[in-house]
Amino acid sequence: MELVEAIILSVLAASTPLLIAATGELVTERSGVLNLGVEGMMIMGAACGFAGAWLTGSTFIGALCGIIAGTLMSLIFALMALGLAVNQVATGLALTILGIGLSGLIGAGFVGERITPAAHLDIPGFTNIPLIGRVLFGEDAFVYLSLALIVGVWWFLHRTRPGLILRACGDNHVSAHALGYPVLRIRTFAVMFGGACAGLAGAYLPLAYTPFFIPGMTAGRGWIALALVVFSSWRPGRLVVGAYLFGAVTILQLHAQGWGVGIPSQFMSALPYLATVIVLVLLSRARTGGSTAPAALGTVFVPDR
Amino acid sequence: MQLVLEKRAERSGTIALVSPLIAIGLTIVTMVILFAILGKNPLLALDAYFIAPLTDGYSLQEIAVKATPLVMIAIGLSLCYLANAWNIGAEGQFLIGAVAGSWIAVKTQGTDAGAWVLPVMLLLAAAAGTLYALIPAICKVKFGASEILTSLMLVYVAELFLDYLVRGPWRDPHGFNFPTTAEFDPVATVPLLIEGGRLHLGSLIALLVVAAAAILLGRTIKGFEIRVVGAAPRAARFGGFNANQLVILTFAVSGALAGLAGIIEVAGPVGHLQPGISPGYGFTAIIVAFLGRLNPVGILIAGLFLALTFIGGEQAQIAMKIPLDVTKVFQGILLFYVLACDSLILYRCRLVFSNRQVARGAG
Repeated sequence: MELVEAIILSVLAASTPLLIAATGELVTERSGVLNLGVEGMMIMGAACGFAGAWLTGSTFIGALCGIIAGTLMSLIFALMALGLAVNQVATGLALTILGIGLSGLIGAGFVGERITPAAHLDIPGFTNIPLIGRVLFGEDAFVYLSLALIVGVWWFLHRTRPGLILRACGDNHVSAHALGYPVLRIRTFAVMFGGACAGLAGAYLPLAYTPFFIPGMTAGRGWIALALVVFSSWRPGRLVVGAYLFGAVTILQLHAQGWGVGIPSQFMSALPYLATVIVLVLLSRARTGGSTAPAALGTVFVPDR
Repeated sequence: MQLVLEKRAERSGTIALVSPLIAIGLTIVTMVILFAILGKNPLLALDAYFIAPLTDGYSLQEIAVKATPLVMIAIGLSLCYLANAWNIGAEGQFLIGAVAGSWIAVKTQGTDAGAWVLPVMLLLAAAAGTLYALIPAICKVKFGASEILTSLMLVYVAELFLDYLVRGPWRDPHGFNFPTTAEFDPVATVPLLIEGGRLHLGSLIALLVVAAAAILLGRTIKGFEIRVVGAAPRAARFGGFNANQLVILTFAVSGALAGLAGIIEVAGPVGHLQPGISPGYGFTAIIVAFLGRLNPVGILIAGLFLALTFIGGEQAQIAMKIPLDVTKVFQGILLFYVLACDSLILYRCRLVFSNRQVARGAG
């Protein structure tokens, strides 16, 4: 029983950063912008989040620093890809390269330091319920926040008028522009939201997942988040399923080592990445009937006046 | 306040030519500010980065050595990008090439194998790089899976595979438990061009690759097809060019070049297989390709320039204790400026402070 509980808890912890980052990118892509810089924004969130928490001793301020770092990074992307109409793929790659360098620079002084990890919720009576108590009432705040975030995004995109307008920008920017909607401004906000989420997701790693910072600690999670958005067919509901599935693969890999499975650890560590490739192939193949991606995804838009 | 772009009637030829230079200038200005923030003397830092490495023979050779893999990989990537195929997993193809070539070196270690060893290593590395690059290419063509994500995921897989080999079956028994193979035998090593120096045969191979790419793009039908498919996909369809076939072809060529670069690096400057054989060559090569304007000669120059930043970064670290990550920041900022300046080739850019002004501008 305790093992099952431990596994569920660790799956949730491993899935949360993926879910937060992918939620942000989902909104960005729904507005028609492909930001491949998630990994760069995430790793900046990790470095700045740790720095903030270490300097102030507060997880909350750390998370805030992560969010601000991610948002600032996304603004560079917005200036380039939206303001200057530069190719989004190339700009996103540049953002990742810059983020990895900058985070190394910022984090260099913090390698080897430790902080108190984010507190877990504890409701006397509820948290002690066997099996489900810790899982439902004993998580850290990020886990609940990530779920609130995805529900909020679903409600915003599919139940509100601004959400409808945002999706319209992603599907047909020319028509949205002709109807008088400020396409570039809406996209800028979507990109900033994506950046804030990526920054928060990055901050989760040193603030709650492991209580220390190491260079390159995002280890490709930003790219997996991007793949998750494709996996979800740009739908919030499927995103939750996908994120927890990937969290489970990551944890399976850790536990298999603990159980003494005779497979070299490197092969097990490669599982999440291989799973991503396989999932992308299977999904793209299943979708031969027509793409569910936002129609204007990744295309440059320069309003003519 | 708003940034407004106006399409130019035709591409600005002047800006197209000077835009990489503007980008480098802007990057250096930004770096001066960054050095000042880090509390280092900017002038000394610039000297360590850009002047000092050019002043002695050893550093000059070292620049050529570092530029070799960058140029080889970037040439392949430029073919992909010209054909609108986004291979960003060159780092993985580089590593797999290094692994495949090292296999022969490890197997023949200590035997009296002849001069055939090195050529076979090179061939095998190129073949392995090709096969590894074909995975994302085929997934894209057959199933429509994003080649950006799949090629990138395979980088992590390649890293882990290399790590497994040098910690497990290929580890040097006399290596004090370090994750590395034994030093390669002389027959499995890329020969030096200057006795006692650092410059090796790989640099000549890189020059040949540049020349071959220039001929391919400038003088052959295939090169023309690659350009058309990337620049005008609709026209290419009417012309009967097969875009899918070109995705496969360009990925295969760029995988082969990255794999070749991988084994040349391992059998040349490094001398044995170990993790960390690449300080991100596969990713830096993306910057080289763009800075070189996807043009073979431009890539050669850009490759030498980025190699200079690697060597300069090492010197600045030793002489002024400037963290090595500054080099990566420098490269990232450079790519941003290169892309931004490219935008000015197609658009005129104006800052507008009120909506009325926009309306008047249009009227």
